[in-house]
Amino acid sequence: MNDTLIGLAERVRQAAAAKAILRIRGGSTKQAMAGVISDAATLDMRAYSGIVDYAPSELVITARAGTPLVELERVLAERGQCLPFDPPRFADADGRLAGTVGGMVASGLAGPGRAAVGGVRDYVLGVLLLNGRGDLMHFGGQVMKNVAGYDVARLTAGSWGALGAICEVSLKVLPMPVATTTLRFDMRQAEALENLHAWAGQPLPLNASVWWRETLAIRLRGAHAAVEAAVGRLGGEVIPPEIGSAFWEGLRDQRDEFFIEARAAAQRENSALWRLSLPPTTPVLPSFLDTLIEWGGAQRWIVAPAEDTLVMHRAERAGGSAFRVSGGVGDGAGYATPLAPALLAIHRRLRDSFDPHRVFVPGRPMRFQDS
Amino acid sequence: MPADPGWANSAPPGVPVSVPPHLGEPPRAPDASAPEPVRPAVSQQALVDALRGIVPAHALLWRGEETTPYECDGLTAYRERPLAVALPETEEQVAAILAACHRLGVPVVARGAGTGLSGGAMPHAHGLTLSLAKFNRIVKIDARARTATVQSGVRNLAISEAAAPHGFYYAPDPSSQIACTIGGNVAENSGGVHCLKYGLTLHNVLQVRGFLADGSPATFGSLALDAPGLDLMSVVVGSEGMLAVVVEVVVKLTPRPQVARCIMASFSDVRHAGDAVAAIIADGLIPAGLEMMDKPMTAAVEAFVHAGYDLDAAAILLCESDGTPEEVDEEIARMEQVLVRAGATRLEISANEAQRLKFWSGRKNAFPASGRLSPDYMCMDSTIPRARLADMLLAIADMEKKFGLRCCNVFHAGDGNLHPLILFDANQQGELHRAEAFGAEILELSVAMGGTISGEHGVGAEKLNSMCVQFSDAERAQMLALKTAFDPQGLLNPGKVIPTLHRCAEYGRMHVKRGALAFPELERF
Repeated sequence: MNDTLIGLAERVRQAAAAKAILRIRGGSTKQAMAGVISDAATLDMRAYSGIVDYAPSELVITARAGTPLVELERVLAERGQCLPFDPPRFADADGRLAGTVGGMVASGLAGPGRAAVGGVRDYVLGVLLLNGRGDLMHFGGQVMKNVAGYDVARLTAGSWGALGAICEVSLKVLPMPVATTTLRFDMRQAEALENLHAWAGQPLPLNASVWWRETLAIRLRGAHAAVEAAVGRLGGEVIPPEIGSAFWEGLRDQRDEFFIEARAAAQRENSALWRLSLPPTTPVLPSFLDTLIEWGGAQRWIVAPAEDTLVMHRAERAGGSAFRVSGGVGDGAGYATPLAPALLAIHRRLRDSFDPHRVFVPGRPMRFQDS
Repeated sequence: MPADPGWANSAPPGVPVSVPPHLGEPPRAPDASAPEPVRPAVSQQALVDALRGIVPAHALLWRGEETTPYECDGLTAYRERPLAVALPETEEQVAAILAACHRLGVPVVARGAGTGLSGGAMPHAHGLTLSLAKFNRIVKIDARARTATVQSGVRNLAISEAAAPHGFYYAPDPSSQIACTIGGNVAENSGGVHCLKYGLTLHNVLQVRGFLADGSPATFGSLALDAPGLDLMSVVVGSEGMLAVVVEVVVKLTPRPQVARCIMASFSDVRHAGDAVAAIIADGLIPAGLEMMDKPMTAAVEAFVHAGYDLDAAAILLCESDGTPEEVDEEIARMEQVLVRAGATRLEISANEAQRLKFWSGRKNAFPASGRLSPDYMCMDSTIPRARLADMLLAIADMEKKFGLRCCNVFHAGDGNLHPLILFDANQQGELHRAEAFGAEILELSVAMGGTISGEHGVGAEKLNSMCVQFSDAERAQMLALKTAFDPQGLLNPGKVIPTLHRCAEYGRMHVKRGALAFPELERF
């Protein structure tokens, strides 16, 4: 077995014995979201990096947690394949896209393609997990259909370290789309939402959408014939491919104009950036300071005054949830929406079983307040 | 600030609660191998008395002639009569039944249509069978949101029928879709012939609502695409009724494709057919369906449906494309090229819907057709990497000689999911035993090839021993602990899916995971 992996397991066992805590880190691109506990030692997963296995005809790649996402995607692109859910790669302090495979799974964050093609957990086939006892355990596998035992592998997607350190991941991958076209429309928010609902209900190759400041952009992906037919039907302005591609990449990595402005405002002024996850048909919400809508209405980014609790109430009333990404009162990020008591009890018992000694410090989205 | 807010007060650090305390000790969850229940069995009288006040008399069955129809599911070799069967009609009744059983310590086995193939709905001798048959209402079709809200006892096909006027359907289509319920599909994470392109049940479900073992309500998932907390729906789907009892499911609806066409390709060698499957995927194609039948299976179904299958072929592939007419033309042309390059000896492309359905008729009738070949058959369900399909077919041919039994093969080739049908006659001395050994060997070979013992039928009561082969002690202990996190008393469908460490030790110390002890360097126990 790999020495690095043995070393990681040993660190965890020692921490458990010493009643010490560990913060799992990859590219350190999501620290603001995860919240750093300064007195925790780090379990640095970057040392455990590389592609373990890749069989393009199986549509499966297995990579170590520390593998940079850009590296994984480069390997896939060489064989004409991709991660279709556009996981954000995020820039580190030096501006490099430093997000790792482990961080992608642990955060469960997906980008523009999410509504059309599914999210991180839909593509996780298997994991090698290091739990809080220092046990290395395989869950799932490398095949598409697998119902042997509970699907613990998918449970690690979005677990923010609460179940342990993700060491290796097997992911389902897909062929790169044959054709991609971006269309742009001048459209008010209500009209954009209505159009998106109607289009999504038709057999159109609608792959991504974004609305911001009276402009709707959509990405069509699929067979040439299907994309061409959709362009003919939907109208709008066809965006040149290189500009379209750069635009979606910026949105995906949360580096485009909206996010730069929103984050800067959240740091500088008395405002906060929220991510709302909502039923897509939720009607137009109050404008607050700024709004960007993705996923056909299911993901809405909102800049609001820091002390404004209306954002949270609106999300809950619509049957969704609100996560404060940055800014605002106190130390900023965190879910505003509490877990139901029965679910909270399950979470606690799960954590008791995966990490009985509380070695791992989970990221903020997995820290629950009593309420 | 505490390092671990919100989690911390569940237990002091270092003191596990409700989990198997140490690996190597028998966990608390009950074991199908143990004849005794884990707690004193409650008398039938006591159970019936407790439930009488909850459900009307007609919804509570306990006499032998009433409970016998429930003694097995689709795996008829495994039978057990429950103490009683309850058929609640309201959610309040479900909650009250669960609370009563929780108080009494009575195991509860939820049941949908009973079409499962792994004994997942087999009753517990000291337990209650909770039938969701009366939860058969389609609550809402929301065309704007492209969702259907349905009660758990609604049949899979009924969802597509209700959605059809809106131009939608529910994509996962297990072969039993005319009878199986969405609650059962959630329990098994059912697939179907189209899941390579459209995903499994998990990928097509947004929210699952039901009750925990103690009767408290719980909602997993959300109408949004994610929700705070761990994604518990990922484990509830496919949990075979061991984590919660489901009463309502919100499923995604898919726009009905305008057109579908199918290619039927013959191969003179199973290896060419297996390679063709890999070549299609490697070419960047994701067919709507990609199925394989071997020669004995083709002969069996041809005799049954008379669809004009190529009886000389060593293997037949069905490769389907769906979408807009332009899209389908483009894909079919590419598929045709790849199949010819891969050595197809005969190609036929469906010219119309009637012909497409004819191509499929044999594949869809593989099970009944096998039933005509032999008094009994056993259907296996493992998944292997696609590239190993031909190796597996050849290995199965060797096993046929070794065990002296015939085997017909149908594969969901696009997913690598195998359904070998082992033919036997239970009335012949030793044949059932040989068939079981044959099946176990296929499963072990599947694991050795990097696959899994169950692709879509579930572990249930049938494949407990094979779970010992696929997972290590630590992995199984972690799964048992997960079960305990949802159901601390171990009352929901006990003894299924996850074998205890004790049972695996009994099964045989020779069966070591993946041919070698995993991580021999690590300390164990």
